[in-house]
Amino acid sequence: MLEVENLVMEYGGFRAVDRCTLTAEEGHITGLIGPNGAGKTTLFNLIAGAIEPTSGRIRYMGEDITHLSADKRFHKGLVRTFQIPHEFHRLTVLENLMMVPGHQAGESLFANWFAWGKVAGDERETERRAWETLEFLELTHVADERAGNLSGGQKKLLELGRTMMTDARLVLLDEPAAGVNRTLLRKLEEKIAILNKERGYTFILIEHDMEMIEKLCHPVICMAEGTVLIEGDFQTVRSDPRVLEAYLGETVGDAA
Amino acid sequence: MEWIGLLNYAVFMAIFICIYGLLALGLNIQWGFTGLFNAGIAGFFAVGAYASAILTTPEAAGRIGGFDLPVPVGWAGAMVLAAAIAWPIGKICLRFRSDYLAIATIGVAEIIRLVVKSEDWLTNSARGVTNIPRPFGDLPYVQSQLAYLALVGGILLVVYLLVERQIAAPWGRMMRAIRDNELAARAMGKDVPFRRLEAFIFGAALMGLGGALFAHLNRAITPEAIDPMVATFLVWIMLILGGSGNNRGAILGVAVVWVIWSFSEILTDQFPPEIAIKAKYIRIFLIGLMLQLVLRFRPEGILPEPQRGVSGKKDL
Repeated sequence: MLEVENLVMEYGGFRAVDRCTLTAEEGHITGLIGPNGAGKTTLFNLIAGAIEPTSGRIRYMGEDITHLSADKRFHKGLVRTFQIPHEFHRLTVLENLMMVPGHQAGESLFANWFAWGKVAGDERETERRAWETLEFLELTHVADERAGNLSGGQKKLLELGRTMMTDARLVLLDEPAAGVNRTLLRKLEEKIAILNKERGYTFILIEHDMEMIEKLCHPVICMAEGTVLIEGDFQTVRSDPRVLEAYLGETVGDAA
Repeated sequence: MEWIGLLNYAVFMAIFICIYGLLALGLNIQWGFTGLFNAGIAGFFAVGAYASAILTTPEAAGRIGGFDLPVPVGWAGAMVLAAAIAWPIGKICLRFRSDYLAIATIGVAEIIRLVVKSEDWLTNSARGVTNIPRPFGDLPYVQSQLAYLALVGGILLVVYLLVERQIAAPWGRMMRAIRDNELAARAMGKDVPFRRLEAFIFGAALMGLGGALFAHLNRAITPEAIDPMVATFLVWIMLILGGSGNNRGAILGVAVVWVIWSFSEILTDQFPPEIAIKAKYIRIFLIGLMLQLVLRFRPEGILPEPQRGVSGKKDL
């Protein structure tokens, strides 16, 4: 579904992503792990189109999207969340969800003045969908709250919720569990699994919580210094000596 | 007699409040809802004023036109031309972050002012365009003023309703989202450069209309009218003071600032002539002081931006 080929992102002389090649298969939840500064989030920014690579190619559903703008990628069903929540802080939680669907009738100045009936009908449908999403996330009680007032964990849920307002095919989740308490974390895992099975979302998931990676992800890719170190099932990756050295910080003897 | 004079003055002020109201609503679309720092209001004001003037005046020697078209055509032309000029400016400048956009737009307004001042064939340069037809201009003074007030008041009301409609609609929600977090808005599929341009052009068209209404009120337009102090910065003060992000606040801010601005002029005119000239500057000082006080004690303005989009009481 997604193929990244020899991707390079250079900042000055520093290569944040260095000849990175990986693929994500449709229907899978691919885990992306690695130490801080390994280039995971930069890779997400490249795949989502927030930045343009220095060189290399990104193919999505058979199409070269390397130079496509972020908003166009969104409309092709490639949706991302942010590591640090990027909620629209002065919009209500409900509005945060309602703004997401693409091509809304009411996004046109002309329609708002001259085709009000169509806009209103469209809005009702969007609102219904937003409430559904809030119910799924168990956030209905804060629907009218300013999103900026939510707790860190709730903002993470809202990030996930925005992806549910789309017809997403591939969702990039950047550390959904960071800063989320244990109870909420289990809930989050559950939601991701449901979205994967029932809605058929393909995920790539950056996470430091190994429990979550183990439960959800297959395959798991470990990155270090901007490139892929190893790819395989969780146990293989986990016990690989290079991964232990670069990331998990245990000596080979300890792991065994 | 005395109070008739006062009443006349009040009507005159109210007309100006309506005209400035259009400028403030235009700026509110750009700054209040989209976060675009346009410091070149005077430029779009000038384009609108001259466009309508040239379209509606009778043929004149030495400059282009006039084309002697009906006044509504001139006003529509003013909006279209202001929008058309905003398009390339926005295309180039909107890529800048807010403070650079401010510098760029000041520059553009200054260029427009210089073109207006020096291009004889287009604007009759310093002599300006005269003989601009004024709607209801044939009536006696008081009736004519009242009729013009009703006209500009009606236009302001219609514009206010049209703008409110957009802000309450998904368009407004999208613009507020872009203002809050541009990166996330892009990630959620919004074409941010296009939308910012849209808001810039929309606002500029209203500023152009304001310019046109001003020119027809005075029956003439000269380069002196394009003073950044009164056409740009005063509008900014009005919006900040009234409450940016709130259209009613914007109009209230216009009224408050314009009343202070006008009455302080009456006041300074009472002084002996040698002081009166210097005392004019106290007006600018007063406005500046008021802005400082508002920013210190009520930075969100007299009428702060309401929380929109609360379910159950949507104002659609």
